[in-house]
Amino acid sequence: MSAPILVCRGLTKRFPGVVALDGVDFCARGGEVHALMGENGAGKSTLIKALTGVHPRDAGQAEVDGRPVHPRSPREAEAAGISTVYQEVNLIPDLSVAENICLGRQRTRLGFIRWGDARTRARAALARLGLELDVERTLSECSIAVQQLVAIARATDIDARVLILDEPTSSLDAGEVAQLFAVVRRLRDQGLAIVFVSHFLDQVYALADRITVLRNGRLVGEFPVAELPRLQLVAHMMGRSVDEVEALRHRERPAAAPGEPLLSTRGLTRRHAVLPLDLELRRGEVLGLGGLLGSGRTEVARLLFGLDRADAGETRLEGRPVSFHSPADAMRAGLALTPEDRKTQAILPNLTVRENLVVALQARRGLWKQIPRAEQDRLVADFTRALGIKTSGPEQLIRNLSGGNQQKVILARWLATEPRLLILDEPTRGIDVGAQADIERLLAKLRDEGLAIVFICADTAELSRNSQRIAVLRDHAKVAELTGSDVNEQAVMRAIARETAA
Amino acid sequence: MNLAKFRPSARLWPVLASLGVLILLYAGGCLLFENFGSLRVLINLFGDNAFLGVAAVGATFVILSGGIDLSVGAVVAFTGVLIASLIGHGQPPLLAIGLALGFGAGFGALMGALIHLYALPPFLVTLGGMFLARGLAFVVHPESLSIDHPFYGEFISQTLSVPVSRRLAIPFTAFALIAVVLAGAALARWSRFGRNVLALGSSESSARLMGVPIGSTKILVYTLGGFLSALGGVVATFYMQSGNPASFVGLELDAIAAAVIGGTLLRGGVGYIPGTLVGVLILGLIQTLVIFQGTLNSWWTRIAVGGLLFVFIVLQQLTARRRVG
Repeated sequence: MSAPILVCRGLTKRFPGVVALDGVDFCARGGEVHALMGENGAGKSTLIKALTGVHPRDAGQAEVDGRPVHPRSPREAEAAGISTVYQEVNLIPDLSVAENICLGRQRTRLGFIRWGDARTRARAALARLGLELDVERTLSECSIAVQQLVAIARATDIDARVLILDEPTSSLDAGEVAQLFAVVRRLRDQGLAIVFVSHFLDQVYALADRITVLRNGRLVGEFPVAELPRLQLVAHMMGRSVDEVEALRHRERPAAAPGEPLLSTRGLTRRHAVLPLDLELRRGEVLGLGGLLGSGRTEVARLLFGLDRADAGETRLEGRPVSFHSPADAMRAGLALTPEDRKTQAILPNLTVRENLVVALQARRGLWKQIPRAEQDRLVADFTRALGIKTSGPEQLIRNLSGGNQQKVILARWLATEPRLLILDEPTRGIDVGAQADIERLLAKLRDEGLAIVFICADTAELSRNSQRIAVLRDHAKVAELTGSDVNEQAVMRAIARETAA
Repeated sequence: MNLAKFRPSARLWPVLASLGVLILLYAGGCLLFENFGSLRVLINLFGDNAFLGVAAVGATFVILSGGIDLSVGAVVAFTGVLIASLIGHGQPPLLAIGLALGFGAGFGALMGALIHLYALPPFLVTLGGMFLARGLAFVVHPESLSIDHPFYGEFISQTLSVPVSRRLAIPFTAFALIAVVLAGAALARWSRFGRNVLALGSSESSARLMGVPIGSTKILVYTLGGFLSALGGVVATFYMQSGNPASFVGLELDAIAAAVIGGTLLRGGVGYIPGTLVGVLILGLIQTLVIFQGTLNSWWTRIAVGGLLFVFIVLQQLTARRRVG
C-alpha cells in the first residue's frame, strides 16, 4: 500500500505566450485514488496531456515504478503503464465492444486478427471490473455509462500501473456514477494508482484518498482528504481566503417578487416531453427548475422558447395569448435561451469572441441591417468588462477560451439583445468555481434589474441558492412548487423523492 | 449453424437490402426477357464491370476511412493510356503494367501525404489529383490508342480465360474482380490496417487517443485507393484492348454510388467490401436491363441509379436514427 508508482518532478509545459504548467510535482501511489483539482485553466488538462504524451513536456522528470518515462504519444504512455479514460468517451462508436477494448493490440495469426481471442480478452477485461456485457454489441448501442466502463476496461486490459480518469462522470446519472465508483474502488484495491479529475466536490470526497490542487499552472499543495475541509479546498482552488468563499456562499436572497406575471403558461403540453404545465414567470425573480436528469427540464425550456411546438395549452405574455413558432418569434418577444450543451448548441467554435457575441443581436435586427463594426467593438468591450470575460482580445476564437469564459460570452450574446426573459439551461455545468461564482453574481444582478429568469440546474444546492421559487419536475410533470422558506435543498430533494400519491 | 440465432446487426440491413434488390432485378430480368437468365449474361455482368468493381473496392476503403477519392476515373484513364503507349513504344506489357500500378500507388500516396501532413480536405486534394491525372493522360497520348500485342490478344483474352462451353468463356477480368473483392474483404475484416481504417473513419480523434497510427493509416489508405484505381485501369485495358485519355469520366462517382448502395456510409466507419461488389453488380444489372429493353435511352440507367441512391441513403439514415433512439 501507498508505494509511489507515478512520480513527477518539475513538470513544465509552455504554449506560445503562456506557461500552462510551471514546475509541478505530482505523486500517485498504488492502491490510492488521487484527485487532481483546480479551476479551468489551472493546468489539470495540461498535466494529464503531458503524462499521456498528447503534449510532451518541455521540462521536468516523470517516473513509473522508478523507471523514467517520456511519452510522446498515447501509445508510448500506455506502454509505460499510464492509461487514460477521457471526459468524452474516446472510443470508436461504430466498432464492437470487444474491438474497442482490443483495437491496436489485437493478436494475429499469419497476419489475420484472431477474433475469438479478442472476444475472450474483452470478456476477461470486463470481468476484472465485475462486469458482464455482450462484447459483440456495437459500442454506440450502449449507454454512455457502459461506454465509459468499456473505456476503463480498455485502459486496464494492458498492464496499466496508473489509471487517469479525466472527468469520467460528467455525463452520468447518480446510479451510473455509483457503478463507476464501484469499478474504480475495485481497481484501486487491485493496487493501481488512480488519478481522478472531477468538478464535483461530492464525488471527490466520496472517492479520493488524497487531493492535489493546482492553480494557474502551479502546484498549490497535496493534501490527505481527511485534512482538507471543502471550504479550504475551494479557497485553495480560487486563490482566495476561506472567509471570502464563506461570504459568497451566504449571499442574502430577496423574497419572491409580487406582481403580474411576465409570462404564464396554462396546461402547456407536448407529447412524450411535457405533461400539462402551469408556470408563472415574474419580473425580478429567478424561477428555478429542479429535477433529475431526464425529468423534462430542458424540454420545458425548449417549449417556452419555441424550439418545440406545444400540442395543447396556452402561453400568455403580459396577459396576451402568444404562440412562438420558432426561436425567432420568441426572440422578438424578448426571450433568450442559453442551451444546456454549450459545445454543440451554443458556441460557434470557429468564430471569434466578437462574432459569437453579436450573432443573436444581428439575427434580431435582421440580416440586411449589419451592426456597424464600431458598435460591435463597443458591445464586446462593454460585456467583456461587465462579465469579466478573460480573452486575449475580441478576435480570439471562442473555442480557445475556457468553458466558463465561453459561457459568459454566450450570456453576453443574449444580454446584448436586451431580453425580458432569460432561460438558462445548466449555465454552470462543467465550468470552474470562479466562473460559477461570477455567473451566480450576474444572475442576482440581472434579477435586480428586473429580468425574469428561468434557471435550470441539476445541483440542488446551487438551485436553491439562486432561486426565489423552484418548480420541481419529475417524469415530465411539475410535482411541486416551492416558495419562501421552502426554497432549500432538502425540500427539493423531498419533492423529487416523494412517492406519487396512488 | 443455428439459423434461428442469426440476427443481423442493424449495420448489415442496408447490405441485405441491396442483396435483395440485386436478386429482384435479376429475377425480374429473367421473367421479362428471354435469354436474360443465360450464363452468358451472368458472365458478362462480372467481366464488363470488373474495372469498376476493382476501382470501387479502393474507393470503398477511402470512404471507410472517412475520406473520398475523386481521382479514380482519371487514374483509370491515365493508367490505360500509359500502358497502351508504353506497349506501343515496344516495352514489354508486364513492365508497362508494373509501372502503371507503381504510378497509381505513388499518386495515391502523394495525395494521402498532402491530406495528412497539411490537414487538407480529401475532397479538394483528390479533385486536384483528378485534374492532374486527367491532364497527364492527354500528355501521354492525346487520343485513343489500341493495344496490339500477343500478350493482350492471346494470353489475357484466351489463355487466361476459362472456357465453359465451345462459344463461351469466363474472362480473366471476372476472376480479377472476384480476387480483389475477396482480398479487400479480408483486409478490411482481418487485418489491423483494415480495422484502423474503420476506426479512423468512425472517429479520428478517438482513434488518435487509442493509439491508432493516424498518419500512416491515412497515407496507406489513399495509396491502396490509387493502387486499386490503377489496377482497375489495367483490368480496363484487358477489357477494351486500348487506352483512351478521354475515357472513364465520372467513374469515381459510379464507384462511390456502388459503395453507398452496398451499405457503406459516406461519413466513414461503417461498410462492407462485399457490399460494394453487390452495388457494382446492381449498377451493371440496371444497364443490362436497359439494353435488353431495347427502346429505352441508355440514360435511363442513370435515372434508375439516381432513384436507387435516394432510396438507399434514406434507408441508411433511418437505420442510423433507430440506433440512436
